[in-house]
Amino acid sequence: MIFQNVIWAITLTGMGLVALGFVYAITQAGRPAEAAEAARVNRRSITLRRGLFLALLLLGIGIAWASLRPFPIPPQHAPLQATQVVDVIGHQWTWDVSQTHLKVGEPVEFRVTASDVNHGFAIYAPDGRIVTQTQAMPGFTNKILYTFDTPGTYRIMCLEYCGVAHTGMTTELEVAAAGDKP
Amino acid sequence: MSSLELYPLDERLPRGERVMFNLYMITALLLFVLMMLLGLTMRMTQAEWTPVLAGMFYKIMTMHGAGMVGTMSLASTAVMWFFLRKYVSLHLWAFVSNYVLFMLGALCIIWAVFIGNFASAWTFLYPLPVHSMGLWSSGAAAAFMIGYLLIGVGMLLFYLDAAAAIIRRYGNLGRGLGLQWLFGGTIDPTHPKAVVAGTMVIIANSLGILAGAVVLVMCLINLYDPEITLNALVVKNLIYWFGHMIINATIYMGVIAVYELLPRYTGKPYGISRPFLWSWAVSTVFVIIVFPHHLLMDYAEPRWMLVMGQIISYAAGFPVFLVTAYGVLTNIHRSGLRWKMPSMLAVLALFGWAAGIVPAIIDGTISVNRVMHNTQWVPGHFHFYLLLGVLPMILTLLYHVVGSRRRAPVNSGADRTGLFLYVAGGISFCMAFLYAGHVSVARRFAVHLPEWVPTDRVGSVAAMVLILGMLVFAVRIIVGLLKAPADADPSHPAG
Repeated sequence: MIFQNVIWAITLTGMGLVALGFVYAITQAGRPAEAAEAARVNRRSITLRRGLFLALLLLGIGIAWASLRPFPIPPQHAPLQATQVVDVIGHQWTWDVSQTHLKVGEPVEFRVTASDVNHGFAIYAPDGRIVTQTQAMPGFTNKILYTFDTPGTYRIMCLEYCGVAHTGMTTELEVAAAGDKP
Repeated sequence: MSSLELYPLDERLPRGERVMFNLYMITALLLFVLMMLLGLTMRMTQAEWTPVLAGMFYKIMTMHGAGMVGTMSLASTAVMWFFLRKYVSLHLWAFVSNYVLFMLGALCIIWAVFIGNFASAWTFLYPLPVHSMGLWSSGAAAAFMIGYLLIGVGMLLFYLDAAAAIIRRYGNLGRGLGLQWLFGGTIDPTHPKAVVAGTMVIIANSLGILAGAVVLVMCLINLYDPEITLNALVVKNLIYWFGHMIINATIYMGVIAVYELLPRYTGKPYGISRPFLWSWAVSTVFVIIVFPHHLLMDYAEPRWMLVMGQIISYAAGFPVFLVTAYGVLTNIHRSGLRWKMPSMLAVLALFGWAAGIVPAIIDGTISVNRVMHNTQWVPGHFHFYLLLGVLPMILTLLYHVVGSRRRAPVNSGADRTGLFLYVAGGISFCMAFLYAGHVSVARRFAVHLPEWVPTDRVGSVAAMVLILGMLVFAVRIIVGLLKAPADADPSHPAG
């Protein structure tokens, strides 16, 4: 399952629920309630809001817990135990990549920095989707730990606007299947 | 609490105030249309329908970003001023100064971009302004930054005057925000929502603007003395503290129009409550500390700040969903709402805000941001809550004022057609961005890959429809604003 498709489905569901709430209220807006009924509706809406608060609170805590444990960013000041290490330097408007032939199934440590301005180091899979990214910032080295699970040609693109030739700042990684010569 | 009378006497604009209000809003409407046309040009370039070279594309992008943020600020400041002046004594000179400094700042920015070729995006991320690769000079970069400084000084003057007025009336800013009722006590039902929201904006946006001023001065020093280098991560934090704050403040200023006006069309009081005060109190804190969610892909950022960025992004949704949007829904539910242009726009505004922050909150998750950051998902969500949230808030007030000048709410077929075009175009435009983001289409690219072009074309057509709607609004409102009021307040000479 493609991660971005899951996000898309969750987003459409969330926006759809908001829209349904508005559609419901709008369809009821033209029918004024009597005083007694208005008081009853008001009490019900307060109860409903408490329920929604609790539901959203539990949902938020659950998602935060699940998405932050383990922490999705690898340790930046400790060795990463990767079998493949790639040093990446972004320049206006080229990528300097120490190794472009990699293997499937073995963790890769990308050490990403920049020599001049901020760049965005994003890896696009052969199907055109981003698989991971970090910022390339002058004076700092951001480390990615990523294990490729599909062989093929991956494209590196700059995702942080860095000047007039920003669009053309691309290069490629060749990822070989296990057993193939990288 | 505001009255349920549609056009109360305390909202009348004496001549000087009316001239300034008209200047603010007519300037803003013209700028909105112009900036939308620049945005359309970018989308059509990506769609391969307009031959714009990369150099010009990024200048347009810089102007569109800075122009839209500035114009949203200008117009939403006028919304806040319009209502706040009913409850506290504001000085017209501060409102005038903000406008004059905005215009001077805007001229600097326009000169920097279109004459000086400055194209560093509205975020002027250090050290790009000093690495132009020969495309712009230090002078152009400095003009852009001085333009920002002028606009920021104008806003600070306005906030200082408003803060002084609130303190004079309520004793301190905390009492303006209603903090004295958070844990108990009888809430004064007449305490105005405009004062609560205005106080929040004054506190939070003043801090954001000060952060912006600090970073702009640092960058100006670096421009002329490159030996003094800056820490790129610190600068980025300050820029996003400023940038996030200034654009979010537009929502919190704009929503005052909904609070004040919607109850007059529903006929139901919309008083303050403890959940309301809590929501504004926590929002004040959240909006100040949430900015690290813009730096989730900067792994050098301290881990606690990244975690804070994610958690506070989630938490910030609670006040919006459960207090403001929910409050509006309960206010319109079974109310016998009069569907006029202001009420329709107010409901649209809350929908745009609430629905637009769904993809924004989701993108605040680190593991999601890893595949969505700097894709078109980002312009997708912020266009959603700006185009369908903040701008309709501003239009709510403008249509209301136009109605007040002729003592009848606006509700013509032309306006409703404009609204239909605006909503249909706006939703399609934003969803085209969001769809493109989920298939990893990069943002801020002058040239798109062939497989990205179809969503650009959908977005371009949608933008044209949206702009048609906006043109209807702009023409109708400008004509309406320039008409003399049907009845003048005898105590103030009206023009």
